[in-house]
Amino acid sequence: MAIGVKVMSRPDSGVSYVRATLKGMVLTFKHLLQPRVTMQYPEVRSTDDWRIATRWRGTHRMLTDAQGRSKCVACGLCPQICPANCIKLVPGEDEAGNRYPLIYEIDEFRCVFCGYCQEVCPEEAIHVGVHYENAEYSRERFVYDLERLSAQTHPVSTLWDPSDPKGE
Amino acid sequence: MTPEMKGFLLFSSLKMLAVFTMTMVGVALMTLMERKVAGWIQNRPGPNRVGPTGLLQPVADGIKNFIKEETTPAAANRSLYTIAPAITFIPAMMLMAVIPLAAPLPLAVDFTLPVLGRFVYTGDLPMVVADLPIGFLFILAFSSLGVYGVALAGWASNSKYSLLGGLRASAQMISYEVALGLSLVPILLLSGNVAFSEIIRNQQEGLWYIAPLFLSFFVFLISGFAETNRLPFDLPEAEAELVAGYHSEYSAMKFSLFMIAEFAHILTISAMVTTLFFGGWDIPFTSWDEQGGVAQTLATHLAFFAKTFFWIFFVMWIRWTLPRFRYDQLMSLGWKVMLPLALVYIVVIAGAIWALDVLAPTISPTARAGALFLLNLPIGWGVFFFLDRGRIVQGVGQRAVPIRAGAEG
Repeated sequence: MAIGVKVMSRPDSGVSYVRATLKGMVLTFKHLLQPRVTMQYPEVRSTDDWRIATRWRGTHRMLTDAQGRSKCVACGLCPQICPANCIKLVPGEDEAGNRYPLIYEIDEFRCVFCGYCQEVCPEEAIHVGVHYENAEYSRERFVYDLERLSAQTHPVSTLWDPSDPKGE
Repeated sequence: MTPEMKGFLLFSSLKMLAVFTMTMVGVALMTLMERKVAGWIQNRPGPNRVGPTGLLQPVADGIKNFIKEETTPAAANRSLYTIAPAITFIPAMMLMAVIPLAAPLPLAVDFTLPVLGRFVYTGDLPMVVADLPIGFLFILAFSSLGVYGVALAGWASNSKYSLLGGLRASAQMISYEVALGLSLVPILLLSGNVAFSEIIRNQQEGLWYIAPLFLSFFVFLISGFAETNRLPFDLPEAEAELVAGYHSEYSAMKFSLFMIAEFAHILTISAMVTTLFFGGWDIPFTSWDEQGGVAQTLATHLAFFAKTFFWIFFVMWIRWTLPRFRYDQLMSLGWKVMLPLALVYIVVIAGAIWALDVLAPTISPTARAGALFLLNLPIGWGVFFFLDRGRIVQGVGQRAVPIRAGAEG
């Protein structure tokens, strides 16, 4: 035995290595015959056992009113609260004095999906959505403008409800 | 050149082509099978994206390996670094040449081709590339050549991980080579021949050697695992401590050659277990397969394939069951258990065969093998008793006793 090797006091009573090996082989063979549990992702996106939670915070979505205009009034709360500083908002004002966003961009790459923008929004305009498949081929494509945010159709996140902390 | 020589050359070339193709395709499918079995044992489906149920995965892997960039470490010994994969790959490919794949095919052909002339072949065509009279000695010699490639790959890469992997591989393979070789001596004693065809014929007359030579089989199987560097003995490429061992620095097709060699070794070890201990291409409980003919050749080939397939599966099954040995445990198992066991077993079997020859010289081969089998029962029991520190007979699958008293919450 080499110098400095600590010899452990291993249990040597009541232990059968041959038996343990055979038991292990039986176990692995049983697993070999069991049904596969992997969800075949691109084909199957949700099952009875697994579906995306309603309070999932994913790709943003801007809601629109009945006339198809963005609900956003460019109050500036969301860029103010955004911890990742990923929302770019340039406010504008029409003849009637209504504020609206001239530019509204969210960089989904910088976003940490905390959901504060949805929580802080007084008009319930910007939302985080129940959606996660937002891969792109270039970094630029991750900057969603107002038109693209409004065009999203996925359900919006319910966020965390203090009265129902486990989401049941 | 006589027509007979030309006929021999023609059929030998055909057999070489067939065996090489079968080995390469088999290796490719084994890489898929390994990943499938790994997946199934972990309740996953395994690779299933390329082709129907993932069947074309080896093709995709092959194409990937061909078009990947070949890298050479800056300070590597370039010539040795390049030649090492070939040194590992070529002996691994040569091993299948001596293993009989099916019953001999009786042939009587006489035909004339334009330009090439007349070809004649009469007699039994052995279903093996080279029916060498030195049989498994050839396999022992060539399988141990692979260690040069591994050791050179580790040394030439100029990387500490590769070097350690290469050193471990050489030490391990040389250690277990001894036990592997000695475990085959009882076969030599019992069959009186090292040629595979004779060994198979002996097993057909008596019992498969698994019965009369069970401990040889046990030592051979374990040494075979160590020789192929498979789990639980894959210390040369122990990824937790050595990155990937001796092929850490290799990429693309050079790396692929190491993988092919490893899988070809598994194939050879499985085929050898089949041939030496499970009757080779013999179909049990019938002598129909010994009559010779096309149907017999095909059926015996299927039997050989099924047996080999089982042992390939067994190797993979063990891989996903047992964890890796510690290096000193590996060495003490090899030198302190397997080697003495093989030596003592040679003495016991030699004595038993001598006693049988003296006491009952006219006994039938089956009865002789049966008597040896009865002798194996107490020896096997004793060996497992010793290996298991006397626990196997108590059994009952007790829980391990905690080292510290009161450790259990």
